[in-house]
Amino acid sequence: MDFLLTQDQRDMLQMVRDFAKNEIAPVAAEIDRTDEFPVALVKKMGGLGLLGIPIPEEYGGVGADYVSYTLTIEELSYASASVGVILAVHTSVGTMPILNFGTDAQKEKYVEKLATGELIGAFGLTEPSAGSDASSIRTRAVKQGDTYVLNGSKVFITNGEVADIFVVFAVTDPELGAKGVSAFIVERDTPGFSIGKKEHKMGMNGSGTVELVFDNAQVPTTQLLGQEGEGFKIAMSNLDGGRIGIGAQALGIARAAYDAARDYVKQRQQFGRPIADFQGVQFMLADMATKIEAARLLIYQAATMRQAGLPCSKQASMAKYYASDAAMSVTTDAVQLFGGYGYSKEYPVERFMRDAKVTQIYEGTNQIQRVVVAKNLLKG
Amino acid sequence: MNFQLTQDQLDIRKLVRDFALNEVLPTAAERDENEEFSREIFDKMAEIGLCGIPWPEEYGGAGMDFVSYVIAVEELSRIDASVGVTLSVQTSLAGWPIYAFGTEEQKQTYLRALAEGTKIGAYGLTEPGSGTDAGGMRTTAVDKGDHWVLNGSKIFITNGGVADIYVVFAVTDPEKRTRGGVTAFIVESSFPGFSVGKKEKKMGIKSSPTTEIVFENCIVPKENVLGQLGDGFKVAMMTLDGGRNGIAAQALGIAQGALDLSLDYARQREQFKQPLSNFQAIQFKLADMATEIEAARLLTYQAAWLESEKLPYSQASAMAKVFASEVAMKTTTEAVQIYGGYGYTREYPVERFMRDAKITQIYEGTSEVQRMVIARHLLKD
Repeated sequence: MDFLLTQDQRDMLQMVRDFAKNEIAPVAAEIDRTDEFPVALVKKMGGLGLLGIPIPEEYGGVGADYVSYTLTIEELSYASASVGVILAVHTSVGTMPILNFGTDAQKEKYVEKLATGELIGAFGLTEPSAGSDASSIRTRAVKQGDTYVLNGSKVFITNGEVADIFVVFAVTDPELGAKGVSAFIVERDTPGFSIGKKEHKMGMNGSGTVELVFDNAQVPTTQLLGQEGEGFKIAMSNLDGGRIGIGAQALGIARAAYDAARDYVKQRQQFGRPIADFQGVQFMLADMATKIEAARLLIYQAATMRQAGLPCSKQASMAKYYASDAAMSVTTDAVQLFGGYGYSKEYPVERFMRDAKVTQIYEGTNQIQRVVVAKNLLKG
Repeated sequence: MNFQLTQDQLDIRKLVRDFALNEVLPTAAERDENEEFSREIFDKMAEIGLCGIPWPEEYGGAGMDFVSYVIAVEELSRIDASVGVTLSVQTSLAGWPIYAFGTEEQKQTYLRALAEGTKIGAYGLTEPGSGTDAGGMRTTAVDKGDHWVLNGSKIFITNGGVADIYVVFAVTDPEKRTRGGVTAFIVESSFPGFSVGKKEKKMGIKSSPTTEIVFENCIVPKENVLGQLGDGFKVAMMTLDGGRNGIAAQALGIAQGALDLSLDYARQREQFKQPLSNFQAIQFKLADMATEIEAARLLTYQAAWLESEKLPYSQASAMAKVFASEVAMKTTTEAVQIYGGYGYTREYPVERFMRDAKITQIYEGTSEVQRMVIARHLLKD
């Protein structure tokens, strides 16, 4: 047992923390306010290697361990949850499936460019009526010679507004259910493919969430990812990793809210003394910090297990839902500690609270996570 | 970072788990009902080496780490929290201060006896008028040259009456009180003027005896001062930092035991022609219980690991204690709920777990005191 980070992990953490503090924190409120995807910032992250942390060096990545990647998402999200999710989606589900299931040609063509930020990646699985029940997707892909013709639409696609390539799932054989789903790498300029409406969201602004529309989209057969029928397997392959990543994002948001609240209660004076002197306030802080510590341990445990190649689906789901529930509770308490000022956009805590909410929803709702945990408990 | 248990830790878990199932479980309900402490179980724990897990071999201990120790308390409490707290008090509250502050001779005499389990230990800090606020202490110790004379009484003493060795605190300088006026002493039950007062009737942990202890001109030899004269408050507070790990482990074990029972019951109990475990409302309860227990376990092991590594652990152990005890209360309450009417009867063990869980939020620093400790750390810089 060892509860401390390795020197490499601490170095990575320091680098990311400095970058987030100097480059992201100053523009975080603006990204939220304008809802504009921070393209220049993301390119800069690519230049520093942040977009390819778990990608091997031969493909232009950093080749760092999974725990370092998790720490990166946490630290970016501490400064801006939107930037955190942009990176998580780009890497976990925009790049990793190509690295793990792509042909040599596909890897050559895309992975290095994704790892360095030359290309931005996205992931298209969810549809208007297929959310948690992903096997019920309806987007169709019909093979015609050396082309698949795709029809249908995808919703809630993070990074979609600006992404260059999309890992997309469509039904190639409706008879086979989940086994009739295939994955494709779809380029932005594919004929018949277009970006639909942009979502106006409660939080996580600037992460470019859009609809994708396939209207007889012409996708070359060389863009099939993995084998025909392997789509669902590919979609589910990095589920644990994705969940740990969102847990880390929630942890970053919660820490940011806690730090802001702690600083505030030390300087805010009421009844002639700082409100940090009041036990009602102290106990809220103590509970916030304890939940954050519990979330951190659950996430790091799941990340180290995944790193070691151990089965960790139960631990990943526990980490995701505990951390995101903690983020919601901690950010809500932070707004409360700021009082009326907390409700105002002059201070960042209302943004943290809005951003926290989606971590309970995406990458598998917390209800789905509980289903996963319960199945694991009951199968023994 | 590495969250996997070592082979030694896995071995002790297996040893204690088997011991708890074979030696503790068969009489757990009966001892609860009769409020009966079992010296036989204690002696068997001593026999297999559980009484001195973290103490060096030169003092009769097993020379293992604090994680191994909290695992032992957890596994005992998973079956019977009364037996769990007996070991926790023996190790964290009686053994620890002697290990940390005792002279070589005190360690050879008292720590060895505690580690080998030939003697039972206890800890006397709380008084009728001073619980969480140890500054209100009234028990006095007066220097009589070659011995001290103690007068006063202590209450809520776990292992009281059955213990042979008591680490107790008394005021040696009424002017200074907690600022250098309290001193720790090692008191044997055979010392003149020592007696055991009334035994408490409690809601839970009923087979762990809780009594008053009384000092009436109690004669304590000079060499039984523990630590420096006037350092008693420091000894008491530092002991409680580690004691919290033991109680966190006890709470963790209670919660895990309640989850084990809930899973078994949810699988076999049928309603509406299917097992309860098919209903999502039950599944989500089980998921929440397991997730919170996992978090409590990580917090508890982290605090114990920090102590083993000689890193600061006061904040970590306060977090572990408040979190694990609240999880224990919540989990055991849900377990009774899952069992329904049967859960409310003494035919089934979950009501005992719920009664036992409550004390973990109270003793060795209430949840409120833990939050004070945590907030002090958070706000100190």
